[in-house]
Amino acid sequence: MVSVSSEPVMPTALKILIAGGFGVGKTTMVAAVSEVPPLETEERMTEASLGVDDLSGVEGKFSTTVAMDFGRITIAPELVLYLFGTPGQDRFWFMWDDLATGALGAVVLADTRRLEASFASIDFFEARGIPFAVGVNCFHGQRDCSAEQVRAALDLDASTPVVLCDVRDRASSKQVLLSALEAARARATAERDVTYAI
Amino acid sequence: MPEPRRHDVEQAGRYLRPYAITGGRTQHSQYAFTLITLVVARSAHGSATGHLEPESAHILDLCRDRALAVAEIAALLDLPVSVVKVLCGDLLDASLILVQSPPGQESRPSVELIERVMDGIRQL
Repeated sequence: MVSVSSEPVMPTALKILIAGGFGVGKTTMVAAVSEVPPLETEERMTEASLGVDDLSGVEGKFSTTVAMDFGRITIAPELVLYLFGTPGQDRFWFMWDDLATGALGAVVLADTRRLEASFASIDFFEARGIPFAVGVNCFHGQRDCSAEQVRAALDLDASTPVVLCDVRDRASSKQVLLSALEAARARATAERDVTYAI
Repeated sequence: MPEPRRHDVEQAGRYLRPYAITGGRTQHSQYAFTLITLVVARSAHGSATGHLEPESAHILDLCRDRALAVAEIAALLDLPVSVVKVLCGDLLDASLILVQSPPGQESRPSVELIERVMDGIRQL
């Protein structure tokens, strides 16, 4: 019998994505809830990563670097949650499969002065079937419209939570994360019930 | 004598082409690391690391006694994620690390798991 008792216990890692337009507060939200200051890392997206066939020469090869911020919340010694702020102004993160694949859920942060900046993220999560909540970031406490007005303007399903928030505030950011997880739980519950019915 | 390389890397800073570290490989042939695949250095192999590239040795140092995600290693080493995946693939081949993949796409998270995460966030 081989003893492996000296090897450390390996936790399970989960992730939630925080998306939205440039400057809407994604990194601020990561910082508000993360147990470590937000870290930044990058990936180079090339034609290979995009799955595009291109027979042209190397000189025409598409390549861009996308950077993202992320933080960590240790739920339990064996369970770690990572929060990934998607690359801001860059539409290419949608091609970054590794970032979206396997996400527990997502938050789309929206700014009522430019709601259109969140359309692409909403479309993406709907198309991928990733449960998400919309957090309407109310800068400086300005709540110039209601959650229902935002829901109508974004043409969201009734099942998608919409919450007004201030991402600088830890309690408020926690509430947005919980709303995203409620959407994930609702879907997991529905799927479980379907399984039981069969 | 073998010391100057790390010094060179610091001097060259971000101008060093990151894939030079991986011998030009942009992905590992064998393993599918993700951003949140967790990595821990295996404790029993502390003495066998003399031949490693400085970046690989650095990964082992970072992951000694604690699990770090591939994304965290990339951020701490200031390297692209794909470079870290290749280096971790080599370390796994050499049995120098243990890895834990996240739950796969095919296994949707259970209600119980989601509720555990919700409880954890409420307690922050």
